[in-house]
Amino acid sequence: METPGDLRFAASHEWVRLEDDGNITVGISHHAQEQLGDLVFVETPEIDRVCEAEEGIAVLESVKAASDIYAPLGGKVIDANPELADNPELINSDPYGDGWIFRIKPDDSDAIESLMSPDDYEAYAESSD
Amino acid sequence: MSLITPLLEAHKLAGGKLVDFSGWQLPVHYGSQIDEHRAVRDGAGMFDVSHMTIVDLVGESTQDWLRTLLSNDVAKLQHGQALYSCMCNETGGVIDDLIAYCLGDNRYRLIVNAATREKDLAWMKEHLPDDVELTTPANTALIAVQGPNAFEKAGSALKIVRGVGLEPGSIKRFHAQYDNEWFIGRTGYTGEDGVEIALPAGQAKALWDALLAAGVKPCGLGARDTLRLEAGMCLYGLDLDEAHSPIESGIGWSVDLRDETRQFIGRETLAEQMQFGGRYVRLGLQLDGRGVLRNGQTVQLVGKDIGTITSGTFSPTRQQSIAFARVNKSFHGHCDVMIRGKPMVAHAVPIPFVHKGVAKAEELST
Repeated sequence: METPGDLRFAASHEWVRLEDDGNITVGISHHAQEQLGDLVFVETPEIDRVCEAEEGIAVLESVKAASDIYAPLGGKVIDANPELADNPELINSDPYGDGWIFRIKPDDSDAIESLMSPDDYEAYAESSD
Repeated sequence: MSLITPLLEAHKLAGGKLVDFSGWQLPVHYGSQIDEHRAVRDGAGMFDVSHMTIVDLVGESTQDWLRTLLSNDVAKLQHGQALYSCMCNETGGVIDDLIAYCLGDNRYRLIVNAATREKDLAWMKEHLPDDVELTTPANTALIAVQGPNAFEKAGSALKIVRGVGLEPGSIKRFHAQYDNEWFIGRTGYTGEDGVEIALPAGQAKALWDALLAAGVKPCGLGARDTLRLEAGMCLYGLDLDEAHSPIESGIGWSVDLRDETRQFIGRETLAEQMQFGGRYVRLGLQLDGRGVLRNGQTVQLVGKDIGTITSGTFSPTRQQSIAFARVNKSFHGHCDVMIRGKPMVAHAVPIPFVHKGVAKAEELST
């Protein structure tokens, strides 16, 4: 699967897209969904929750394992993907699109620069496989 | 060290995601574990189980010896018939669970778990009489073909590879057919009909390809786990161990006490538990809401710990999480399971959770 070039990646395998309105959308990488296997349940964060960078705010349950999803940047949760409640498999089938998990209004959107580029992430994911 | 089966290349070709399983490189899935699970419930799937240990036993006192080694009684087997049994220690703890096939007078084949291979063989050798010969055939592959269409599809694939297929009804459930290096048992670990085929390693790829061509879906360890759990079958290391007896693990039916003269290892404890009960019972649980029950989670009844989940998963057939719980008392109705520190409501349901591909209606309506 092609990794979209406009994304940034956290070491814990979340992707981040900086939207035009300054908010960020977060999901998990293709590599991460492949590792987890078929997803069956997603616990998304509550709207308005304030979180710090690297704080666990969502949980993915696959048939195989449960996995925490961390906020890549600090800020306030402004949206969570309502489709995932009934269709958690969207994360498997379209991790960078319909399988997005939550949106955050970041305290400091410049902090996204500290995350990995798609190329760096791909090398990182391969080495951690 | 990593052990490989004769089908490693076939798994790679089929897109298998390889993982380490007790030192073996085996596929956990080939894309979607749930699709593989459904293939076995609705049609036919195949599993490379070549990692499992085959133990062949032959010699004058083999039957007498197995009757002391195993908690189930091989004396009731006709030639070609199989049974499920535990091999227990002196205190009734389970060293391993296995399938024993009777291949002839004082000729038996056991199939034991891969993870317990060394301790099983050590235990057997420690108790082995001089006139029983124990061998573990090398260069043998083991392929399980499972599902409502498995027998027919396995038959057509065998016809291509061996020239001899499987006549309908030629092997009864829990029986085996064998000649030379080929062994076909109508057994499995999914709750569906099917066969387990032991064959020379050199022919494994040919049979695998013939099964593929017949429309049998390759399935990984992941689907194997969800299928066996739905079918109510225990996994050694999670649901069974040396600290608990078969009775405490919900498989007391495999302990045969009928012949009072049969002094098998662990009998004393097991006979006592059969009469008075063990410290634990196994219950089937289904989670009421969303989430997944998993090994190690605590089970509570009105705020009091009563046991733990030994294995749990998401059931693709029931579309809810199911689990085996090891609890210190049986109960009906609801309990709580602690998931990430929060009590989540579950309820007791009969085992198996799924019978012949169907989640029982009376259980689903509760």
